[in-house]
Amino acid sequence: MSDTTAVEKAEAEQTPPPTRRQRQAASIAEAASGRIGWMLLKIVLLAIVDAIALYAAFVLFTHHEWVVLALVVLVTVLVNYIYFSRKAVPAKYLTPGVIFLIVFQVFTLLYTGYIGFTNYGTGHNGSKDQAVAALMRSAQERVEDSPAYPVTVVEQLGTLGLLVTDPEDGDISVGTNDQPLAEVDGATMEGGEATAVDGWTSLSFAQVLARSNEIEQLSVPFSDDPNDGAIRTPDGQNGYLYVSSLEYDEAAGTMTDTDSGTVYKDIGTGAFTSADGEELLPGWQITVGFDNFVRAVTDESIRGPLISVTIWTFVFALISVASTFFLGLLLALVFNNTRMRFRNGYRILLILPYAFPAFLSALVWAGMMNESFGFINQVILGGASIPWLTDPVLAKVSVLIVNLWLGFPYMFLVCMGALQGIPDEVNEAGVMDGANPWQIFRQIKLPLLLVTVAPLLISSFAFNFNNFNLIYMLTNGGPRFDDVSIPVGHTDILISMVYKVAFTGQTRDYGLASAFTIIIFIVVAVISIISFRKTKALEELN
Amino acid sequence: MTTTTPTKARRRSFGAWFADTGWRHLVAVVVSIFAVFPLLYVFSASLNPQGTLTGSNQLFSAVGIDSYVRILTDPQNPYAKWFLNTLIIAVVTGFVTVFIGACAAYAFSRMRFAGRRVGLVTIVVVQMFPQLLAVVAIFLLMTTLGDWFPAIGLNTHTGLILVYLGGALGVNTYLMYGFFNTIPKELDEAARIDGAGHARIFFTIILRLVAPILAVVGLLSFIGTVNEYVVASVMLIDPEQQTLVVGLTKLVSNPRYADWSAFSAGAVMAAIPVMVLFLFLQKYIVGGLTAGATKG
Repeated sequence: MSDTTAVEKAEAEQTPPPTRRQRQAASIAEAASGRIGWMLLKIVLLAIVDAIALYAAFVLFTHHEWVVLALVVLVTVLVNYIYFSRKAVPAKYLTPGVIFLIVFQVFTLLYTGYIGFTNYGTGHNGSKDQAVAALMRSAQERVEDSPAYPVTVVEQLGTLGLLVTDPEDGDISVGTNDQPLAEVDGATMEGGEATAVDGWTSLSFAQVLARSNEIEQLSVPFSDDPNDGAIRTPDGQNGYLYVSSLEYDEAAGTMTDTDSGTVYKDIGTGAFTSADGEELLPGWQITVGFDNFVRAVTDESIRGPLISVTIWTFVFALISVASTFFLGLLLALVFNNTRMRFRNGYRILLILPYAFPAFLSALVWAGMMNESFGFINQVILGGASIPWLTDPVLAKVSVLIVNLWLGFPYMFLVCMGALQGIPDEVNEAGVMDGANPWQIFRQIKLPLLLVTVAPLLISSFAFNFNNFNLIYMLTNGGPRFDDVSIPVGHTDILISMVYKVAFTGQTRDYGLASAFTIIIFIVVAVISIISFRKTKALEELN
Repeated sequence: MTTTTPTKARRRSFGAWFADTGWRHLVAVVVSIFAVFPLLYVFSASLNPQGTLTGSNQLFSAVGIDSYVRILTDPQNPYAKWFLNTLIIAVVTGFVTVFIGACAAYAFSRMRFAGRRVGLVTIVVVQMFPQLLAVVAIFLLMTTLGDWFPAIGLNTHTGLILVYLGGALGVNTYLMYGFFNTIPKELDEAARIDGAGHARIFFTIILRLVAPILAVVGLLSFIGTVNEYVVASVMLIDPEQQTLVVGLTKLVSNPRYADWSAFSAGAVMAAIPVMVLFLFLQKYIVGGLTAGATKG
């Protein structure tokens, strides 16, 4: 239909205008203006991209991120080449999507896999140098006879720094939290102290007051050696030398508490540890090999919930697919009768749950299923107090009921479509051969239906396997398991367990959470392989 | 309600009618009640001036717009801001997703190039691994990016949209690819003979003909973004920056003490645009879903 109209349109455009010359002139003008317009648009867009890339490269340069910088430059050059080249036409259409796909999906998935092999998490957030600096800073004390260093708070690209005048030799230097003091030339002097320097913006008195919290946190290392201490300023006017009560010996890899004399050694666990096992936190991030997996398998307080959660995830996904499919199929069969009236009216009512945003449905059901005040207990069951969401078994049943409510309209629509796709002749042939309606359905229609619907069932399984919203918003995974070290409960599925281990609770354990994610990866990969075998989707590609 | 005898021309006994279509109405009515009553409940609760969960139990006992006013004016829970944030994020994500996906589908459908098959296979494989599986890495990546470029780091809408766009190719391109293949190639060839370049063919001919699938993909992406909790909750920290799903979930995290009717009012207002869009486009959506599925 739409094809023919387009063809007609194309033909209509070709009907000749009055004279041949006019036609030529018009087509030349149109072509020329079109080309220039496209060209201009392309150049403007590329200029914007290049400007952003240039800015990014500059910022990365100031942060000394050489690898990322190189990548940005490489990608920018490639993008410019692709869009200016006359060849590489497919690349012009694929590049934007591919860049996003690689950075925010492929890279993040691979990176998640990598984190599963590290101890990343609360207390192990950064590099060893950062951990050393943080430890030293947390133990800093003001040197009692420290001279007062006149300082000016300065800022560069949003990073605060201190412009320090040495009261003894008059040297002017500048530094930030991350960059130790380095001498600078050409500072503006006022009454023997530096007040401004090129490349940095000096903060006014009012700005200093407004940002006093940040400024109190400012601790500029005196030199490359962290044991030399740091300059801090309580008021933004005068700085004093602070040294740490911890002493760091880089060669020996030890941290010594000068007050108590305890020696903390780097024993390869990502934190300085004393002889009696006490750890100095923050530590740093290291690769721990299969430690997270070993911990998940051997630590009773993790293994227990992990096994229950994994089993429940499969049960939940399987029953969800089965129940929604059967209700959907049943309804499709019920409605598959042209003599029935009001079919469209029912249809609209039945797909309402599918149209209602799913997260809101889960929240509404959570309210309705509330034990003491919910609609179901109070009104439908006349004041019963059934623990819909707080009893381990009932909570699972509730989750399945709500998911049935959420999912059956989709299966209903899909089965209706598939049933209508089965030609009537099939039915007639069955009747001719003397089959009863059940036999026709069981032997003929269902197999035909499954051919269409099987891929949908598989993707529905994959979706429910990671149906985070329903679990998190209906029961929040609860009721909680007893005696476990991670904050998970009876209705948690793998993905909600990952989320809780990584982002809720006292300690965030990204390493363990990512290790759990790898389990999901494996399951999903197996599902995909099965699904591709079944549907032969990959063979159809041409 | 609808089980009254529909016969007019030919008189039938109730039994015969029931055996033919009557029982179908019975099933349909029962399931319709199951489908609709939670929605009626939330609508009734939203009109109830009382705030609590208990107060909401008597359906349509009191009708007023107090709770709508409450949710819109509560300074603790900037609902209007959440709504706007959600709208901006979902609309921008939807449009750019459609554009990126359509570009890729055009290339895969109309051009033959080295790596095409690998590209298609990759897209089919990647779409099995939803982004929420990588939430830990996304959080860490955005934290690092935010240290360098605060404009796209944590707690920014731009950053969140960028993350969502990572899923643009994987999720929808295959659906579009199937639809693009149904547009006859002769059209392209005719246009090419007339001197149109690849860009012109794409923007002025193909994009118009595939409009239905663009609408479906746009709507699916829109609904997906509106419902997306995991990444949004991890990335958006300030209440002012949050989306509806994050804000409303937090609002009723303890249903016992929550202002339930205010939440219901918020839910109704959030759901209406989505439902209207959905019901309006449902024909296309169902067609698109099954077409994509049977193909892939």
